[in-house]
Amino acid sequence: MAVLRVKFTKTSRDKLAQLLWILNWISVVTGAILFSLGIFLKVEINKRAELMVERDIQYVPNMLVAVGLIACAINFLGGKICYDCVDTTKFLRWKLIILPYIIFTFFFTFCMLVGALMCYTMHGELEESLNVGLTEAMRFYKDTDTPGRCFLKRTVDMLQIHFQCCGNNGYRDWFQIQWISNRYLDMSQKEVVDRFRSNVEGKYLMDGVPFSCCNINSPRPCIQQQITNNSAHFNYEHQTEELNLWMKGCRQVLLEYYTHIMQSIGLTVLITWLFELSVLTGVRYLQTSLKNVLKQGDPDSESDGWLLENSLMETARTNLNIIKSLCKCNQIDTASNGDPNINVPSTCKALYGPDNVPPKATTEAS
Amino acid sequence: MPFMLVKFNLQKRVKLAQGLWMLYWLSVIMGILLFGLGIFFKVELRKRSEVMDNNESHLVPNLLVLVGLLACGLNAFGGKVCHDSLDPSKFIKWKSMLKAYLLLSCGFNALLLAVSLLCFIMQFSVYLILAEGLRNGIRFYKDTDTPGRCFMKRTLDMTQIEFRCCGNNNFRDWFEVQWISNRYLDMSNDVVKDRLLSNVEGKYLMDSVPFSCCNPASPRPCIQHHLTNNSAHYDYDHRSEQLNIWTQGCREALFSYYSGIMSSIGIFILLIIILESVDMAGLKYLITSLETMTDPEVQDCESEGFLLEKGVKETFADLLTKIKTLGRSNQVEGGDTPEANT
Repeated sequence: MAVLRVKFTKTSRDKLAQLLWILNWISVVTGAILFSLGIFLKVEINKRAELMVERDIQYVPNMLVAVGLIACAINFLGGKICYDCVDTTKFLRWKLIILPYIIFTFFFTFCMLVGALMCYTMHGELEESLNVGLTEAMRFYKDTDTPGRCFLKRTVDMLQIHFQCCGNNGYRDWFQIQWISNRYLDMSQKEVVDRFRSNVEGKYLMDGVPFSCCNINSPRPCIQQQITNNSAHFNYEHQTEELNLWMKGCRQVLLEYYTHIMQSIGLTVLITWLFELSVLTGVRYLQTSLKNVLKQGDPDSESDGWLLENSLMETARTNLNIIKSLCKCNQIDTASNGDPNINVPSTCKALYGPDNVPPKATTEAS
Repeated sequence: MPFMLVKFNLQKRVKLAQGLWMLYWLSVIMGILLFGLGIFFKVELRKRSEVMDNNESHLVPNLLVLVGLLACGLNAFGGKVCHDSLDPSKFIKWKSMLKAYLLLSCGFNALLLAVSLLCFIMQFSVYLILAEGLRNGIRFYKDTDTPGRCFMKRTLDMTQIEFRCCGNNNFRDWFEVQWISNRYLDMSNDVVKDRLLSNVEGKYLMDSVPFSCCNPASPRPCIQHHLTNNSAHYDYDHRSEQLNIWTQGCREALFSYYSGIMSSIGIFILLIIILESVDMAGLKYLITSLETMTDPEVQDCESEGFLLEKGVKETFADLLTKIKTLGRSNQVEGGDTPEANT
């Protein structure tokens, strides 16, 4: 009882082969698109590598790149096979390869599905990585003379300007760290010394933010210093003032940005997966119908195509039996105590063809 | 004596037709690119029309769009002619139009040359418009409550951040205007009143710049206020400090950006002119080689192709005499009219 049996005439077989050839070439293009999406994601993550702590987030773009390349190769081969399938003589070349190819592609589509799911699950790790990374970056903002951290100030400033955000969760994060280097603080002034003594850790803390937090949409010139002091500025109330600085925190903004990219990529991979699966189904039908045509002997006759020859349970059972017998042949027989000279009859069932009759022993000429 | 005579057999004619067909389609793609470049340039001018005082001239991008479309049309027609040229039955219907088409292509090349020259010359007008626009922009920076100028502050801040520049010529332009609105100045404060009285026009002037002039690459937090006062900041010398704020003026920065775009487009048009000339020469060879075939039905024969029927000097002399006779036929014959009346 075949699964999803369909009758194919010669013309419909040819049409199917041609259609599959075109679809395989489209799949090569989608494989290239997947590859380039992986490269794009890798570049985007590396651009802001300074703001992220080392976590295992590189595996997602690497997986996409690998899947894209393998998809290109597989579909290129598939296109070649389908191109040759129109001619039954050329099909004979591929007869032995086509079934392993279908099985391999079927398992490969699972990899693609896993890749798509990984895009959606990266969210949690990314958030953790950004949280720690941004806190560290803000702490080292002032260290423009320390090798390895010279450009952190510039990176954070460009980030806050470009993504229109301030601090980790909000602008108040800047109040809790010293973001002005000691090189630019006049230690002889009383106010500076007082501020250093005003907290336990001896840091120069103030209610000011860097210039990159300034909101360009504000109608008044930016208020960066003494933000919480209403009397320091004319006609200013910091509780109601929304347009002076960027209100959003950079972690949330970056997370939204990357989540948006990942969701788009995940959707593209899912659509590609569905497309690949449908192409694979077509190739399977083509393979089975051509196999049956060759069995019948007449290249122009009708033939049946199916997904599986027997029902799902029977196919699974036969495959398991094959795998079991393969395993048994590979085991070393311990009954003879490891002595290779003792002849122990093999437990492997020798298969003598469809009727399973062993050949007659030839008689020696007397 | 034909100019640049070349002998053609059937194979060479076929190759010429096929090669010319591909060249014409390449020219169509270049025409589409030119159209796209025109649209891009128009969008870039619109994006920053506020700093150009809203009176920038859109002549160049409009011309580019028009010329791009014309190029597409002309070259597609040329490609069709080449495709049909090897089939005598199809070629006959195009034969009569070809002389006019070649003249039109010549005229189109001249138009392309004019547009390319415009791309280079109009850069001067862009420079002048930018100078005027930026000066007004800085003056109206504080007018965030005046309709029509509400977004000048935002535009100017974004321009200074994006193009890494400060002020019109340099940052000192900000010292000469009041860029803080009176709404945010405490008029009861003595310091403020002194400053307003300190100059003839009663403007609140100070040696400070807006935050958008700050350079993120500076190792120290940005110094915006009291820029010329060394003692106001620790370890600061305004004469030697280069990294604190952007030192380039916005007029220079914007002008180099736009002149870069216009020069590239001008050079691209020159390349298209060369391509078009090659197309025209090829088409002339193809037409003449098909015309000089002894028997149009027999394809497999030799024929000659040339660029000009006579030599260069003779062709020019012929052209001049033609123009003179045209001119003379338009003149009224003065000697005939008195005789006509009698």
